[in-house]
Amino acid sequence: MRSATQIAADVRSGASSAAAELDASLAAIAARNDELNVFLHVDVEGARAAAAEVDAALARGESVGALCGVPIAIKDNLCQVGVPTTCSSKILEGWRPPYNATVIERLLAAGAVPVGKTNLDEFAMGSSTENSAFGPTRNPLDPTRVPGGSSGGSAAAVAAHMTSISLGSDTGGSIRQPAALCGLVGVKPTYGLVSRYGLIAFASSLDQIGPFATTVADAALVLEVIAGHDERDSTSLPEPSPSLVAHVNDGVAGKKIGLVRELFDGADESVVTAVRAAADALGAAGAEIVELSLPELALTLSAYYLIAPAEASSNLARFDGVRYGLRVDAPDVTAMMEATRTAGFGAEVKRRIMLGTYALSAGYYDAYYGQALKVRTLTIAAFTRAYQQVDLLLGATTPSVAFAFGAKTADPMAMYLNDVFTIPTNLAGDPALSVPFGTGEAGLPIGVQLLGPGRSEAGLFAAARVLEIADGRP
Amino acid sequence: MSDAISRDEVAKVARLARLILSDEELDLYTEQLGQILEHARDMNSLDLADVVATAHPFGITNVVREDVVRPSLDRATVLAMAPDAREDRFAVPSILGEAP
Repeated sequence: MRSATQIAADVRSGASSAAAELDASLAAIAARNDELNVFLHVDVEGARAAAAEVDAALARGESVGALCGVPIAIKDNLCQVGVPTTCSSKILEGWRPPYNATVIERLLAAGAVPVGKTNLDEFAMGSSTENSAFGPTRNPLDPTRVPGGSSGGSAAAVAAHMTSISLGSDTGGSIRQPAALCGLVGVKPTYGLVSRYGLIAFASSLDQIGPFATTVADAALVLEVIAGHDERDSTSLPEPSPSLVAHVNDGVAGKKIGLVRELFDGADESVVTAVRAAADALGAAGAEIVELSLPELALTLSAYYLIAPAEASSNLARFDGVRYGLRVDAPDVTAMMEATRTAGFGAEVKRRIMLGTYALSAGYYDAYYGQALKVRTLTIAAFTRAYQQVDLLLGATTPSVAFAFGAKTADPMAMYLNDVFTIPTNLAGDPALSVPFGTGEAGLPIGVQLLGPGRSEAGLFAAARVLEIADGRP
Repeated sequence: MSDAISRDEVAKVARLARLILSDEELDLYTEQLGQILEHARDMNSLDLADVVATAHPFGITNVVREDVVRPSLDRATVLAMAPDAREDRFAVPSILGEAP
Protein backbone atom coordinates (compact mmCIF):
# COMPACT_ATOMS: atom_id res chain seq x y z
CA MET A 1 0.00 0.00 0.00
CA ARG A 2 1.18 3.54 -0.76
CA SER A 3 1.97 5.82 2.15
CA ALA A 4 -0.42 8.59 3.20
CA THR A 5 2.23 11.10 2.14
CA GLN A 6 2.24 9.56 -1.36
CA ILE A 7 -1.56 9.31 -1.60
CA ALA A 8 -1.93 12.99 -0.64
CA ALA A 9 0.68 14.00 -3.24
CA ASP A 10 -1.02 11.91 -5.95
CA VAL A 11 -4.48 13.29 -5.21
CA ARG A 12 -3.14 16.84 -5.14
CA SER A 13 -1.28 16.43 -8.45
CA GLY A 14 -4.27 14.86 -10.19
CA ALA A 15 -2.50 11.50 -10.66
CA SER A 16 -5.27 10.08 -8.46
CA SER A 17 -8.46 11.38 -6.85
CA ALA A 18 -9.99 11.24 -3.39
CA ALA A 19 -12.87 9.21 -4.85
CA ALA A 20 -10.48 6.64 -6.38
CA GLU A 21 -8.48 6.34 -3.15
CA LEU A 22 -11.71 5.82 -1.21
CA ASP A 23 -12.87 3.15 -3.67
CA ALA A 24 -9.58 1.30 -3.18
CA SER A 25 -9.95 1.53 0.58
CA LEU A 26 -13.57 0.32 0.53
CA ALA A 27 -12.59 -2.60 -1.73
CA ALA A 28 -9.84 -3.65 0.69
CA ILE A 29 -12.31 -3.43 3.58
CA ALA A 30 -14.91 -5.49 1.69
CA ALA A 31 -12.28 -8.13 0.92
CA ARG A 32 -11.27 -8.90 4.51
CA ASN A 33 -13.55 -7.24 7.05
CA ASP A 34 -15.77 -10.31 7.54
CA GLU A 35 -12.69 -12.42 8.25
CA LEU A 36 -10.82 -9.94 10.48
CA ASN A 37 -13.66 -7.91 12.14
CA VAL A 38 -11.73 -4.64 11.86
CA PHE A 39 -14.53 -2.11 11.27
CA LEU A 40 -17.66 -1.96 13.41
CA HIS A 41 -19.15 0.56 11.02
CA VAL A 42 -18.09 1.65 7.53
CA ASP A 43 -19.43 5.13 6.81
CA VAL A 44 -19.70 4.77 3.02
CA GLU A 45 -22.03 7.71 2.55
CA GLY A 46 -20.11 10.13 4.77
CA ALA A 47 -16.77 9.08 3.30
CA ARG A 48 -18.04 9.54 -0.26
CA ALA A 49 -19.26 13.03 0.64
CA ALA A 50 -15.89 13.93 2.22
CA ALA A 51 -13.98 12.57 -0.79
CA ALA A 52 -16.25 14.43 -3.22
CA GLU A 53 -15.64 17.63 -1.30
CA VAL A 54 -11.86 17.19 -1.62
CA ASP A 55 -12.10 16.47 -5.35
CA ALA A 56 -14.44 19.44 -5.88
CA ALA A 57 -12.11 21.78 -3.97
CA LEU A 58 -9.16 20.64 -6.09
CA ALA A 59 -11.22 21.08 -9.28
CA ARG A 60 -11.93 24.67 -8.20
CA GLY A 61 -8.21 25.20 -7.83
CA GLU A 62 -8.35 25.50 -4.05
CA SER A 63 -5.56 24.19 -1.88
CA VAL A 64 -6.36 21.18 0.31
CA GLY A 65 -4.49 20.25 3.50
CA ALA A 66 -1.72 17.80 4.29
CA LEU A 67 -3.94 14.70 4.20
CA CYS A 68 -5.51 15.59 0.85
CA GLY A 69 -7.88 12.73 -0.04
CA VAL A 70 -6.28 10.17 2.30
CA PRO A 71 -8.68 7.56 3.73
CA ILE A 72 -8.23 7.10 7.48
CA ALA A 73 -9.71 4.64 10.02
CA ILE A 74 -10.98 5.93 13.38
CA LYS A 75 -11.04 4.08 16.70
CA ASP A 76 -14.63 3.72 17.83
CA ASN A 77 -14.15 5.70 21.04
CA LEU A 78 -13.85 8.96 19.07
CA CYS A 79 -17.03 10.93 18.44
CA GLN A 80 -18.02 11.71 14.87
CA VAL A 81 -21.31 13.46 14.12
CA GLY A 82 -24.02 11.04 13.08
CA VAL A 83 -21.69 8.03 12.89
CA PRO A 84 -22.43 5.20 15.37
CA THR A 85 -19.90 5.34 18.22
CA THR A 86 -19.97 2.36 20.55
CA CYS A 87 -16.64 2.02 22.43
CA SER A 88 -17.29 -1.65 21.55
CA SER A 89 -19.87 -1.66 24.37
CA LYS A 90 -23.52 -2.69 24.39
CA ILE A 91 -24.19 0.29 26.64
CA LEU A 92 -23.57 2.65 23.69
CA GLU A 93 -24.85 0.43 20.87
CA GLY A 94 -26.73 2.52 18.32
CA TRP A 95 -25.68 5.88 19.79
CA ARG A 96 -24.76 8.59 17.29
CA PRO A 97 -22.78 11.55 18.67
CA PRO A 98 -24.14 15.07 18.17
CA TYR A 99 -20.65 16.57 17.81
CA ASN A 100 -17.22 15.84 16.34
CA ALA A 101 -14.09 15.15 18.36
CA THR A 102 -11.51 17.87 17.77
CA VAL A 103 -9.25 15.34 16.00
CA ILE A 104 -12.07 14.57 13.54
CA GLU A 105 -12.52 18.28 12.81
CA ARG A 106 -8.79 18.63 12.21
CA LEU A 107 -8.61 15.57 9.95
CA LEU A 108 -11.51 16.84 7.84
CA ALA A 109 -9.95 20.31 7.66
CA ALA A 110 -6.72 18.69 6.39
CA GLY A 111 -8.59 16.87 3.60
CA ALA A 112 -8.59 13.38 5.17
CA VAL A 113 -11.48 11.02 4.49
CA PRO A 114 -12.65 9.09 7.60
CA VAL A 115 -13.92 5.74 6.30
CA GLY A 116 -15.31 4.19 9.45
CA LYS A 117 -15.02 3.16 13.07
CA THR A 118 -12.70 0.39 14.24
CA ASN A 119 -13.08 -2.28 16.88
CA LEU A 120 -11.45 -1.99 20.33
CA ASP A 121 -11.46 -3.62 23.72
CA GLU A 122 -14.61 -2.33 25.41
CA PHE A 123 -13.96 1.24 26.59
CA ALA A 124 -10.29 0.70 25.61
CA MET A 125 -9.77 -1.73 28.50
CA GLY A 126 -7.62 -4.57 27.26
CA SER A 127 -4.53 -5.60 25.34
CA SER A 128 -5.94 -7.96 22.69
CA THR A 129 -9.30 -6.57 21.42
CA GLU A 130 -10.84 -9.78 22.82
CA ASN A 131 -12.92 -7.65 25.23
CA SER A 132 -15.06 -6.14 22.47
CA ALA A 133 -18.81 -6.75 22.84
CA PHE A 134 -18.85 -7.18 19.05
CA GLY A 135 -16.29 -9.97 18.76
CA PRO A 136 -12.49 -9.93 18.58
CA THR A 137 -10.41 -8.46 15.76
CA ARG A 138 -7.96 -10.84 14.10
CA ASN A 139 -4.33 -9.99 13.35
CA PRO A 140 -4.05 -9.58 9.55
CA LEU A 141 -0.50 -11.01 9.65
CA ASP A 142 -1.73 -14.23 11.30
CA PRO A 143 -5.50 -14.48 11.87
CA THR A 144 -5.03 -17.10 14.62
CA ARG A 145 -3.44 -14.39 16.76
CA VAL A 146 -4.59 -11.18 18.41
CA PRO A 147 -3.76 -7.78 16.90
CA GLY A 148 -3.10 -6.38 20.36
CA GLY A 149 -5.26 -3.77 22.01
CA SER A 150 -7.03 -1.84 22.91
CA SER A 151 -6.73 -0.09 19.50
CA GLY A 152 -6.59 -3.49 17.74
CA GLY A 153 -9.04 -2.52 14.99
CA SER A 154 -7.14 0.63 14.06
CA ALA A 155 -3.87 -1.35 13.91
CA ALA A 156 -5.46 -4.14 11.86
CA ALA A 157 -6.98 -1.64 9.40
CA VAL A 158 -3.50 -0.39 8.47
CA ALA A 159 -1.84 -3.83 8.64
CA ALA A 160 -4.51 -5.20 6.26
CA HIS A 161 -3.94 -2.23 3.89
CA MET A 162 -7.55 -1.07 4.30
CA THR A 163 -6.21 2.42 5.04
CA SER A 164 -2.66 3.79 5.17
CA ILE A 165 -3.21 5.53 8.50
CA SER A 166 -5.54 5.38 11.49
CA LEU A 167 -6.18 6.94 14.88
CA GLY A 168 -6.10 5.13 18.21
CA SER A 169 -5.91 6.11 21.86
CA ASP A 170 -3.22 5.11 24.35
CA THR A 171 -3.88 4.99 28.10
CA GLY A 172 -1.32 2.33 29.07
CA GLY A 173 0.01 1.20 25.69
CA SER A 174 -3.14 0.88 23.58
CA ILE A 175 -1.48 2.36 20.48
CA ARG A 176 2.12 1.18 20.90
CA GLN A 177 1.32 -2.44 21.80
CA PRO A 178 -0.97 -3.18 18.80
CA ALA A 179 1.45 -1.26 16.55
CA ALA A 180 4.21 -3.62 17.70
CA LEU A 181 2.05 -6.73 17.22
CA CYS A 182 0.92 -5.65 13.73
CA GLY A 183 4.29 -4.35 12.44
CA LEU A 184 3.39 -0.64 12.41
CA VAL A 185 4.59 2.69 13.72
CA GLY A 186 2.39 3.79 16.65
CA VAL A 187 2.73 6.98 18.68
CA LYS A 188 1.60 8.01 22.18
CA PRO A 189 2.11 11.79 22.17
CA THR A 190 2.97 14.02 25.13
CA TYR A 191 -0.05 14.32 27.43
CA GLY A 192 -1.97 17.41 26.30
CA LEU A 193 -0.41 17.65 22.83
CA VAL A 194 -3.56 16.29 21.18
CA SER A 195 -6.98 17.45 22.35
CA ARG A 196 -9.07 14.78 24.08
CA TYR A 197 -12.33 16.63 23.30
CA GLY A 198 -14.65 13.99 21.87
CA LEU A 199 -12.55 11.04 23.04
CA ILE A 200 -14.81 9.00 25.32
CA ALA A 201 -12.84 9.03 28.56
CA PHE A 202 -11.27 5.93 30.11
CA ALA A 203 -8.60 7.39 32.45
CA SER A 204 -8.47 11.13 31.91
CA SER A 205 -5.00 11.80 33.35
CA LEU A 206 -3.47 9.13 31.07
CA ASP A 207 -5.48 9.04 27.79
CA GLN A 208 -3.90 10.43 24.62
CA ILE A 209 -4.96 10.11 20.98
CA GLY A 210 -2.26 9.20 18.46
CA PRO A 211 -1.60 7.77 14.99
CA PHE A 212 -0.84 4.40 13.44
CA ALA A 213 1.08 4.37 10.15
CA THR A 214 3.33 2.17 8.04
CA THR A 215 6.09 4.78 7.93
CA VAL A 216 7.62 7.17 10.45
CA ALA A 217 7.00 10.12 8.11
CA ASP A 218 3.29 9.29 7.86
CA ALA A 219 2.98 9.05 11.66
CA ALA A 220 4.67 12.46 11.97
CA LEU A 221 2.34 13.90 9.31
CA VAL A 222 -0.83 12.70 11.05
CA LEU A 223 0.36 13.88 14.46
CA GLU A 224 1.18 17.30 13.03
CA VAL A 225 -2.41 17.54 11.72
CA ILE A 226 -4.15 16.53 14.96
CA ALA A 227 -1.84 18.21 17.53
CA GLY A 228 -2.05 21.73 18.89
CA HIS A 229 -3.98 23.69 21.50
CA ASP A 230 -7.73 23.28 21.78
CA GLU A 231 -9.69 25.49 24.16
CA ARG A 232 -12.33 22.75 24.52
CA ASP A 233 -9.85 20.53 26.42
CA SER A 234 -8.65 22.14 29.65
CA THR A 235 -5.64 19.77 29.72
CA SER A 236 -4.54 20.82 26.23
CA LEU A 237 -0.99 22.25 26.06
CA PRO A 238 -1.07 25.98 25.31
CA GLU A 239 0.99 25.92 22.11
CA PRO A 240 0.33 25.29 18.40
CA SER A 241 1.14 21.99 16.68
CA PRO A 242 4.91 21.39 16.54
CA SER A 243 6.91 20.97 13.34
CA LEU A 244 7.53 17.21 13.05
CA VAL A 245 7.69 16.09 9.40
CA ALA A 246 10.54 18.53 8.75
CA HIS A 247 12.64 16.79 11.42
CA VAL A 248 12.08 13.16 10.46
CA ASN A 249 15.47 12.90 8.76
CA ASP A 250 17.43 14.78 11.43
CA GLY A 251 19.20 11.57 12.52
CA VAL A 252 20.66 10.81 15.94
CA ALA A 253 24.26 11.99 15.58
CA GLY A 254 25.51 13.37 18.88
CA LYS A 255 22.41 12.20 20.80
CA LYS A 256 22.65 10.19 23.99
CA ILE A 257 20.21 7.31 24.14
CA GLY A 258 19.61 5.29 27.32
CA LEU A 259 19.03 1.56 27.02
CA VAL A 260 16.78 0.91 30.03
CA ARG A 261 17.12 -2.53 31.63
CA GLU A 262 13.63 -2.45 33.19
CA LEU A 263 12.13 -1.82 29.73
CA PHE A 264 13.19 -5.16 28.27
CA ASP A 265 14.06 -7.43 31.22
CA GLY A 266 11.86 -10.53 31.14
CA ALA A 267 10.91 -10.17 27.47
CA ASP A 268 11.28 -13.09 25.05
CA GLU A 269 14.82 -13.66 23.81
CA SER A 270 13.95 -12.54 20.26
CA VAL A 271 12.60 -9.25 21.64
CA VAL A 272 15.71 -8.63 23.76
CA THR A 273 17.87 -9.38 20.71
CA ALA A 274 15.87 -6.86 18.65
CA VAL A 275 16.22 -4.15 21.30
CA ARG A 276 19.99 -4.68 21.50
CA ALA A 277 20.23 -4.63 17.69
CA ALA A 278 18.28 -1.37 17.67
CA ALA A 279 20.75 0.09 20.16
CA ASP A 280 23.59 -0.99 17.85
CA ALA A 281 21.86 0.60 14.84
CA LEU A 282 21.38 3.89 16.69
CA GLY A 283 25.00 3.72 17.81
CA ALA A 284 26.15 3.13 14.23
CA ALA A 285 24.18 6.24 13.20
CA GLY A 286 26.18 8.36 15.63
CA ALA A 287 24.26 8.14 18.91
CA GLU A 288 25.98 7.38 22.17
CA ILE A 289 24.30 4.44 23.89
CA VAL A 290 24.23 4.45 27.69
CA GLU A 291 22.95 1.46 29.69
CA LEU A 292 20.61 2.61 32.45
CA SER A 293 18.58 1.15 35.28
CA LEU A 294 15.40 2.83 36.56
CA PRO A 295 14.25 0.47 39.36
CA GLU A 296 11.12 2.56 40.08
CA LEU A 297 9.63 1.43 36.77
CA ALA A 298 9.11 -2.06 38.20
CA LEU A 299 6.29 -0.67 40.36
CA THR A 300 4.43 1.23 37.67
CA LEU A 301 2.24 -1.71 36.65
CA SER A 302 0.75 -1.89 40.14
CA ALA A 303 0.24 1.88 40.27
CA TYR A 304 -1.36 1.94 36.83
CA TYR A 305 -3.82 -0.84 37.62
CA LEU A 306 -5.11 1.23 40.55
CA ILE A 307 -5.01 4.72 38.99
CA ALA A 308 -6.57 3.81 35.63
CA PRO A 309 -9.46 1.78 37.13
CA ALA A 310 -10.04 4.50 39.76
CA GLU A 311 -10.42 7.14 37.04
CA ALA A 312 -12.47 4.73 34.92
CA SER A 313 -14.90 3.98 37.75
CA SER A 314 -15.57 7.70 37.99
CA ASN A 315 -15.73 8.34 34.22
CA LEU A 316 -18.02 5.38 33.56
CA ALA A 317 -20.48 6.48 36.24
CA ARG A 318 -22.03 8.63 33.51
CA PHE A 319 -23.44 5.53 31.81
CA ASP A 320 -26.60 5.31 33.88
CA GLY A 321 -29.40 4.90 31.35
CA VAL A 322 -30.63 8.48 31.75
CA ARG A 323 -29.32 10.71 28.98
CA TYR A 324 -28.09 8.41 26.16
CA GLY A 325 -27.32 4.81 25.36
CA LEU A 326 -28.90 1.69 26.75
CA ARG A 327 -31.69 1.68 29.33
CA VAL A 328 -33.05 -1.49 30.90
CA ASP A 329 -36.40 -0.66 32.49
CA ALA A 330 -37.03 -1.29 36.18
CA PRO A 331 -39.60 -0.03 38.71
CA ASP A 332 -37.37 2.59 40.35
CA VAL A 333 -34.40 4.65 39.24
CA THR A 334 -31.72 2.81 41.21
CA ALA A 335 -32.89 -0.57 39.95
CA MET A 336 -32.98 0.88 36.40
CA MET A 337 -29.36 2.04 36.70
CA GLU A 338 -28.25 -1.32 38.11
CA ALA A 339 -30.09 -3.29 35.44
CA THR A 340 -28.73 -1.02 32.68
CA ARG A 341 -25.10 -1.16 33.81
CA THR A 342 -25.24 -4.89 34.53
CA ALA A 343 -26.58 -5.64 31.04
CA GLY A 344 -24.52 -2.98 29.25
CA PHE A 345 -20.97 -3.53 30.52
CA GLY A 346 -18.79 -6.56 29.78
CA ALA A 347 -16.74 -8.57 32.29
CA GLU A 348 -13.46 -6.63 32.04
CA VAL A 349 -15.17 -3.25 32.33
CA LYS A 350 -17.05 -4.46 35.42
CA ARG A 351 -13.81 -5.80 36.90
CA ARG A 352 -12.08 -2.44 36.47
CA ILE A 353 -15.04 -0.41 37.70
CA MET A 354 -15.09 -2.52 40.88
CA LEU A 355 -11.33 -2.36 41.31
CA GLY A 356 -11.44 1.42 40.95
CA THR A 357 -14.46 1.82 43.21
CA TYR A 358 -12.69 -0.26 45.86
CA ALA A 359 -9.39 1.63 45.52
CA LEU A 360 -11.23 4.92 46.02
CA SER A 361 -13.53 3.77 48.82
CA ALA A 362 -13.32 4.95 52.42
CA GLY A 363 -10.77 2.95 54.40
CA TYR A 364 -8.79 1.79 51.36
CA TYR A 365 -8.06 5.07 49.58
CA ASP A 366 -4.73 5.68 51.31
CA ALA A 367 -3.58 2.07 51.06
CA TYR A 368 -4.18 1.74 47.33
CA TYR A 369 -5.02 4.87 45.32
CA GLY A 370 -2.94 7.15 47.56
CA GLN A 371 0.07 4.84 47.35
CA ALA A 372 -0.32 4.61 43.57
CA LEU A 373 -0.25 8.40 43.19
CA LYS A 374 3.00 8.47 45.17
CA VAL A 375 4.51 5.81 42.93
CA ARG A 376 3.48 8.05 40.04
CA THR A 377 5.55 10.84 41.58
CA LEU A 378 8.55 8.50 41.84
CA THR A 379 8.06 7.40 38.22
CA ILE A 380 8.16 11.00 37.02
CA ALA A 381 11.26 11.63 39.16
CA ALA A 382 12.98 8.54 37.71
CA PHE A 383 12.35 9.70 34.14
CA THR A 384 13.43 13.25 34.98
CA ARG A 385 16.69 11.87 36.39
CA ALA A 386 17.22 9.79 33.24
CA TYR A 387 16.61 12.74 30.94
CA GLN A 388 19.25 14.74 32.76
CA GLN A 389 21.73 12.13 31.50
CA VAL A 390 20.36 11.21 28.08
CA ASP A 391 18.12 12.62 25.32
CA LEU A 392 15.94 9.58 24.68
CA LEU A 393 15.34 6.11 26.08
CA LEU A 394 15.12 2.78 24.30
CA GLY A 395 13.38 -0.45 25.31
CA ALA A 396 10.94 -3.09 24.13
CA THR A 397 7.30 -2.29 23.40
CA THR A 398 5.92 -5.73 24.34
CA PRO A 399 7.30 -8.85 26.04
CA SER A 400 6.51 -11.03 23.00
CA VAL A 401 5.21 -11.05 19.44
CA ALA A 402 1.44 -11.38 18.84
CA PHE A 403 -0.07 -14.15 20.98
CA ALA A 404 -2.89 -16.61 20.22
CA PHE A 405 -6.57 -15.99 20.96
CA GLY A 406 -7.54 -17.07 24.45
CA ALA A 407 -3.92 -17.28 25.63
CA LYS A 408 -4.41 -14.71 28.40
CA THR A 409 -8.18 -14.23 28.75
CA ALA A 410 -8.61 -16.47 31.81
CA ASP A 411 -6.05 -14.61 33.92
CA PRO A 412 -6.38 -10.80 34.09
CA MET A 413 -2.88 -10.39 35.62
CA ALA A 414 -1.29 -12.26 32.69
CA MET A 415 -3.04 -9.89 30.28
CA TYR A 416 -2.05 -6.82 32.32
CA LEU A 417 1.62 -7.88 32.32
CA ASN A 418 1.60 -7.39 28.56
CA ASP A 419 1.58 -3.63 29.23
CA VAL A 420 4.56 -3.64 31.59
CA PHE A 421 6.89 -1.75 29.20
CA THR A 422 4.36 0.76 27.87
CA ILE A 423 2.67 1.90 31.10
CA PRO A 424 5.53 3.93 32.67
CA THR A 425 5.39 6.67 30.00
CA ASN A 426 1.66 7.19 30.46
CA LEU A 427 2.13 7.75 34.19
CA ALA A 428 4.82 10.33 33.44
CA GLY A 429 2.79 12.06 30.68
CA ASP A 430 5.74 11.75 28.32
CA PRO A 431 5.70 10.71 24.66
CA ALA A 432 6.80 7.33 23.30
CA LEU A 433 6.47 5.42 20.07
CA SER A 434 6.83 1.89 18.79
CA VAL A 435 8.63 1.19 15.53
CA PRO A 436 8.98 -2.23 13.88
CA PHE A 437 12.49 -3.64 14.20
CA GLY A 438 13.22 -7.24 13.30
CA THR A 439 11.05 -10.33 13.58
CA GLY A 440 10.53 -13.08 16.14
CA GLU A 441 8.57 -16.32 16.42
CA ALA A 442 6.88 -17.39 13.16
CA GLY A 443 8.33 -14.37 11.38
CA LEU A 444 6.02 -12.01 13.27
CA PRO A 445 7.09 -8.39 13.77
CA ILE A 446 8.78 -7.03 16.89
CA GLY A 447 8.36 -3.41 17.97
CA VAL A 448 11.01 -1.48 19.82
CA GLN A 449 10.02 1.49 21.93
CA LEU A 450 11.58 4.95 21.97
CA LEU A 451 10.73 7.26 24.87
CA GLY A 452 11.50 10.91 25.47
CA PRO A 453 10.72 13.80 27.78
CA GLY A 454 7.60 15.93 27.24
CA ARG A 455 7.43 17.60 23.80
CA SER A 456 10.33 15.50 22.38
CA GLU A 457 8.26 14.05 19.51
CA ALA A 458 10.54 15.46 16.77
CA GLY A 459 13.54 13.70 18.31
CA LEU A 460 11.57 10.46 18.70
CA PHE A 461 10.57 10.49 15.03
CA ALA A 462 14.15 11.18 13.95
CA ALA A 463 15.44 8.21 15.99
CA ALA A 464 12.60 5.99 14.74
CA ARG A 465 13.48 6.93 11.16
CA VAL A 466 17.06 5.76 11.77
CA LEU A 467 15.70 2.39 12.92
CA GLU A 468 13.29 2.22 9.98
CA ILE A 469 16.18 2.64 7.54
CA ALA A 470 18.38 0.17 9.45
CA ASP A 471 15.54 -2.38 9.34
CA GLY A 472 15.42 -2.15 5.54
CA ARG A 473 12.64 0.38 4.88
CA PRO A 474 14.46 3.28 3.20
CA MET B 1 -6.52 -17.73 47.35
CA SER B 2 -5.73 -14.16 48.25
CA ASP B 3 -7.02 -12.50 51.41
CA ALA B 4 -6.66 -9.00 49.94
CA ILE B 5 -10.42 -8.58 49.51
CA SER B 6 -13.36 -10.56 50.89
CA ARG B 7 -16.47 -11.75 49.08
CA ASP B 8 -18.57 -9.39 51.21
CA GLU B 9 -16.37 -6.45 50.25
CA VAL B 10 -16.76 -7.31 46.56
CA ALA B 11 -20.53 -7.43 47.02
CA LYS B 12 -20.45 -4.03 48.71
CA VAL B 13 -18.31 -2.52 45.96
CA ALA B 14 -20.66 -3.89 43.30
CA ARG B 15 -23.59 -2.19 45.07
CA LEU B 16 -21.67 1.11 45.20
CA ALA B 17 -20.89 0.79 41.48
CA ARG B 18 -24.52 -0.05 40.62
CA LEU B 19 -23.69 -3.53 39.32
CA ILE B 20 -25.56 -6.74 40.06
CA LEU B 21 -23.36 -9.84 40.36
CA SER B 22 -24.41 -13.48 40.29
CA ASP B 23 -22.98 -15.86 42.92
CA GLU B 24 -20.54 -17.24 40.34
CA GLU B 25 -19.41 -13.72 39.40
CA LEU B 26 -18.95 -12.82 43.06
CA ASP B 27 -16.64 -15.82 43.51
CA LEU B 28 -14.69 -15.09 40.35
CA TYR B 29 -14.26 -11.36 40.99
CA THR B 30 -13.26 -11.98 44.61
CA GLU B 31 -10.44 -14.18 43.40
CA GLN B 32 -9.38 -11.96 40.48
CA LEU B 33 -9.54 -8.64 42.35
CA GLY B 34 -7.62 -10.35 45.16
CA GLN B 35 -4.83 -11.30 42.78
CA ILE B 36 -4.60 -7.78 41.37
CA LEU B 37 -4.58 -6.17 44.82
CA GLU B 38 -2.03 -8.74 45.99
CA HIS B 39 0.24 -7.69 43.11
CA ALA B 40 -0.26 -4.05 44.11
CA ARG B 41 1.24 -4.79 47.52
CA ASP B 42 4.68 -4.63 45.88
CA MET B 43 4.30 -0.87 46.30
CA ASN B 44 4.59 -1.39 50.05
CA SER B 45 8.25 -2.30 49.53
CA LEU B 46 8.91 1.43 49.15
CA ASP B 47 9.03 3.99 51.90
CA LEU B 48 6.53 6.48 50.48
CA ALA B 49 5.83 8.43 53.66
CA ASP B 50 7.56 11.61 52.47
CA VAL B 51 6.55 11.37 48.82
CA VAL B 52 3.96 13.83 47.54
CA ALA B 53 1.13 12.32 45.48
CA THR B 54 0.81 13.22 41.80
CA ALA B 55 -2.71 13.20 40.36
CA HIS B 56 -1.75 14.82 37.07
CA PRO B 57 1.48 14.49 35.06
CA PHE B 58 2.08 18.20 34.58
CA GLY B 59 0.54 19.49 37.81
CA ILE B 60 -2.22 21.23 35.96
CA THR B 61 -3.85 24.30 37.45
CA ASN B 62 -7.27 25.75 36.72
CA VAL B 63 -7.79 26.92 33.17
CA VAL B 64 -10.25 29.78 32.79
CA ARG B 65 -11.71 31.71 29.90
CA GLU B 66 -13.86 34.77 29.44
CA ASP B 67 -17.48 34.14 30.41
CA VAL B 68 -18.97 34.65 26.95
CA VAL B 69 -22.25 33.17 25.74
CA ARG B 70 -21.67 30.71 22.88
CA PRO B 71 -23.87 28.31 20.97
CA SER B 72 -24.28 24.91 22.61
CA LEU B 73 -25.82 21.65 21.45
CA ASP B 74 -29.42 21.91 20.35
CA ARG B 75 -31.82 20.81 23.11
CA ALA B 76 -34.02 18.74 20.81
CA THR B 77 -30.96 16.91 19.41
CA VAL B 78 -29.72 16.03 22.88
CA LEU B 79 -33.13 14.97 24.20
CA ALA B 80 -33.63 12.81 21.10
CA MET B 81 -30.67 10.66 22.29
CA ALA B 82 -32.33 9.95 25.64
CA PRO B 83 -34.04 6.61 26.30
CA ASP B 84 -37.02 8.61 27.62
CA ALA B 85 -37.69 12.35 27.47
CA ARG B 86 -40.85 14.25 28.30
CA GLU B 87 -41.72 17.94 28.48
CA ASP B 88 -38.20 18.97 27.38
CA ARG B 89 -36.63 16.95 30.21
CA PHE B 90 -34.89 13.61 30.68
CA ALA B 91 -37.40 11.19 32.21
CA VAL B 92 -36.48 8.45 34.70
CA PRO B 93 -38.48 5.92 36.68
CA SER B 94 -39.73 6.80 40.13
CA ILE B 95 -37.10 8.11 42.55
CA LEU B 96 -39.14 8.35 45.75
CA GLY B 97 -41.34 5.30 45.32
CA GLU B 98 -44.29 7.06 43.69
CA ALA B 99 -45.42 6.80 40.09
CA PRO B 100 -44.06 9.65 37.95
